[in-house]
Amino acid sequence: MTTLLHNARLIDPELGTDAPGSLLIAQGRILARLAGQQDTTAILAAHGLAAADVTLVDCNGKCLAPGIVDIGVKVCEPGERHKESYKSAGLAAAAGGVTTIVTRPDTTPCIDSPETLEFVTRRAQADAPVNVLPMAALTKGRAGREMTEIRFLMDAGAVAFTDCDHVVTDTKVFSRALTYAKSCGALVMAHPQDPGLSAGAAATSGKFAALRGLPSVSPMAERMGLDRDIALLEMTGAKYHADQITTARALPALERAKANGLDITAGTSIHHLTLNELDVADYRTFFKVKPPLRSEEDRLAVVEALRDGVIDVISSMHTPQDEESKRLPFEEAAAGAVALETLLPAAMRLYHAELLDLPTLFRALSLNPAKRLGLASGRLAEGAPADLVLFDPDVPFVLDRFALQSKSKNTPFDTQRMQGRVLATYVAGRPVFAQRKA
Amino acid sequence: MQPPSFDQRHLLGIEPLHPHEITAILDLAETYVALNRQTEKHSDALAGLTQVNMFFENSTRTQASFELAGKRLGADVMNMAMQASSIKKGETLIDTAMTLNAMHPDLLVVRHPHSGAVDLLAQKVHCAVLNAGDGRHEHPTQALLDALTIRRAKGRLHRLNIAICGDIAHSRVARSNLILLGKMENRIRLIGPPTLVPQQFAEFGAEIYDDMREGLKDVDVVMMLRLQKERMDGGFIPSEREYFYRYGLDADKLALAKPDAIVMHPGPMNRGVEIDGTIADDIKRSVIQEQVEMGVAVRMAAMDLLARNLRRARQAEAR
Repeated sequence: MTTLLHNARLIDPELGTDAPGSLLIAQGRILARLAGQQDTTAILAAHGLAAADVTLVDCNGKCLAPGIVDIGVKVCEPGERHKESYKSAGLAAAAGGVTTIVTRPDTTPCIDSPETLEFVTRRAQADAPVNVLPMAALTKGRAGREMTEIRFLMDAGAVAFTDCDHVVTDTKVFSRALTYAKSCGALVMAHPQDPGLSAGAAATSGKFAALRGLPSVSPMAERMGLDRDIALLEMTGAKYHADQITTARALPALERAKANGLDITAGTSIHHLTLNELDVADYRTFFKVKPPLRSEEDRLAVVEALRDGVIDVISSMHTPQDEESKRLPFEEAAAGAVALETLLPAAMRLYHAELLDLPTLFRALSLNPAKRLGLASGRLAEGAPADLVLFDPDVPFVLDRFALQSKSKNTPFDTQRMQGRVLATYVAGRPVFAQRKA
Repeated sequence: MQPPSFDQRHLLGIEPLHPHEITAILDLAETYVALNRQTEKHSDALAGLTQVNMFFENSTRTQASFELAGKRLGADVMNMAMQASSIKKGETLIDTAMTLNAMHPDLLVVRHPHSGAVDLLAQKVHCAVLNAGDGRHEHPTQALLDALTIRRAKGRLHRLNIAICGDIAHSRVARSNLILLGKMENRIRLIGPPTLVPQQFAEFGAEIYDDMREGLKDVDVVMMLRLQKERMDGGFIPSEREYFYRYGLDADKLALAKPDAIVMHPGPMNRGVEIDGTIADDIKRSVIQEQVEMGVAVRMAAMDLLARNLRRARQAEAR
């Protein structure tokens, strides 16, 4: 099957361009990329194609970008399928323009053996319409004591290793795991945070937390965690990705580590890019995430770091929680927010605020995460997989959390005005989502 | 200036109150102080209404004060000791609220160990809610009774130098007082070891001192806080005796305050830890007993005002 997506505004993060063009896709790949507005018959003729063999899709001048590669999605299988299954997460991803989800191993039980990983992979293949790449735990039971079977897990499909929000506190264990991972060529993702300083915290220390009387953590805890990890990277030379850098104080260390040639990249979450601590207001638990939302100064510093390429990746940090775990006093409530479907509209806030342009956004949403995981996707280049998202960056709507595909509805963007909507999502050239006509 | 009026559905904290609302509560409380000193102490302001005291955290003094306040105003008062009951059985706060709604209370007094829990409950119940202390967040009636005590002792509630001393970090009393006294335009000093005094409070306009002698110079009011041992994760101060040496209120340190400065404490006191026993008992300086008396009056006033608003709202609904 051959498809021609024509009359599009191509957002190319690799070339850094935002210009009219068309894409010809066949056999799941991008066959040709054509600049400018060309006549469809001319394009077909040039490629020796008959009109009957080609599906024509008129993009009406809307944006066509490489599909989002989302590192750090929590699907609650095994253990808590009522919160999110591979089916619901897959539908949510497709509706959000996410063509590859890179799943977290912090399930119950956690994914720390090839056997559980195989179960997960099987479930994902059966149910999810998008690409699913699993991550596995770095230590058994995410307990920070013994490393997992990294080689076997890689053979079973693990693309990275992480204990998620559990920091491996024992530096000896962590340095050995990094050393061993390096010998396998494995990517280790960590949560930079000083666990002592952040113990029990539900907010970032500052005027807001002081007023609300919430146990809080100094933003310095993130820098301390990152400093420690960087020292261990100097020691081991491992391949490392920081899951979320959310504070200004952590950025110079990250920049220095990169300049010193360490194999380090960093992500941040869409919530830390678009919300700040004041959004918690009267203890709204849908705004409780981990690490906690930061000050406005931190948010702007992180946006700037993303623009300058100091931070590489934007993740949804999709964390489904049911109503019961959120309808509790703030301190007791579970952390996390669903975000697969709100990732792109929320990211458009940065575009409309003129903080980031679209190619820069898609560099962090699609290209960089794909590169870091060694994937061919995340690009609009000829030969790349036809994982694509067609979206209208301008269309306004009010978010209704009950309209989300995710089984859990814990989004901080509920009832908020958003701008930018996914029109269609393609995985390997196959349409997996199309916005219903309003 | 607005005339004293009170336009709130709940009393969840001092933060949402306007200065004129604070004055309204204090003015009404004055009349209840007079009533409470009579032999016949009964009023029927809350007659026919049901008041439920829900304490998810141990309390003797606050609960007794609210109970007495309700009874003097003629309400049917019920105490529910929540730490002993349903939460142990796994009931969530929301379920508790649903259960309560079915009992049709009119006034709900809540204390909870977590900040924000009382706000959460207030969103789910159909009655007026009074916060009797939530985590480290607010304890509005304590701040109001402190304000009434200060106003009676000093003749005014503005342009005073007020020192709040001790464990500010874990104290909801300190937060509510800081907000209330700030709204009424006083100068506030926070005194304590830096491990117990969050520096962010400077952003609220408070002056922060880690030297108590320095901080007490020329103040009109000295508010001591309980060193909440049960709240300590451990390691905030080296020992009780060193704490008393540096931050305990004794005659020496008090001599630096104004000669007519009053000494306050929300109770229960740790004698010899944050306050010297002789100072606590000095009737010329200490207003600690008066604070307890004002507590009943202020709670009567707050419940009376909330009940008026509740009745008005229900009448409007019925129409």
